[in-house]
Amino acid sequence: MEGVPLEHILILSALLFSLGILAVITKRHAVVVLMGIELIFNAANLNLVAFSRFDPLLLQGQLFSLFVMLVAAAEAAVALAIVLRVYQLFKTANLNQINHLSK
Amino acid sequence: MLFYLFALLAVLSGTYMVLTRNLLYAGFSLLVTLLSVAGIYVLLFADFVAVTQLMVYVGGVLVLILFGIMLSSRVHDQSVMSESVNKVWGTVITFLILVGLCYTILHANLHMLPWLETADMDVLGLEKSTVHIIGIKLMTDFIVPFEVASLLLLIALMGAAYIATDKQKV
Repeated sequence: MEGVPLEHILILSALLFSLGILAVITKRHAVVVLMGIELIFNAANLNLVAFSRFDPLLLQGQLFSLFVMLVAAAEAAVALAIVLRVYQLFKTANLNQINHLSK
Repeated sequence: MLFYLFALLAVLSGTYMVLTRNLLYAGFSLLVTLLSVAGIYVLLFADFVAVTQLMVYVGGVLVLILFGIMLSSRVHDQSVMSESVNKVWGTVITFLILVGLCYTILHANLHMLPWLETADMDVLGLEKSTVHIIGIKLMTDFIVPFEVASLLLLIALMGAAYIATDKQKV
């Protein structure tokens, strides 16, 4: 692993981030938008862990990435509950058709 | 070398997740992406983070997402598909973001940073496992975020259960 330069990890992270952004922009199903957001979280975590390699005694990057994962899990649980509720109300999960507050 | 294999796998399955119209295929390709990112964590000497990634993302979030897909699409009349919109503008914006990020990364002169240059990276090879350090850190320096995190998880659990309840039937 010493052979892999830091830039390559950062570029992989940038690629994953862009794919997440693309999913958020182009997809119209609420669950796929959430999947794009998870991809963005993963890209950020990859950056944190990559830099944490240079901080072996404190490991602040790894600890921070653990907290990011935790917030992502909480976000996914609440967001999917909201999506299910919206689906029960509107009978669709297409974000373009959900444009009023109540039935 | 293993890093490039995992990186290729992550990028390919991420691209497939964006391109496919079938929601279930998108979910399973996200699974492959998350697994390869966990492999990269192992290669970056972050074993505890890799195991947490497997347990939280692959074991928790992905199962939730698959449940969400199953429960919010009518399978019988092909609603498990989803169309893409804004294809041209989305691609342009994403490409601009990617080019900007890569330009910044390649011109950042990361090796001039003093704390990267003087880093003692041999310690990690000797230590074998980060679990000991992370456990001590979580119980000393990071005790307040740790407790706040437990509170946040409790609130999220209660909120999700409350929101998803069908109030008309109860």
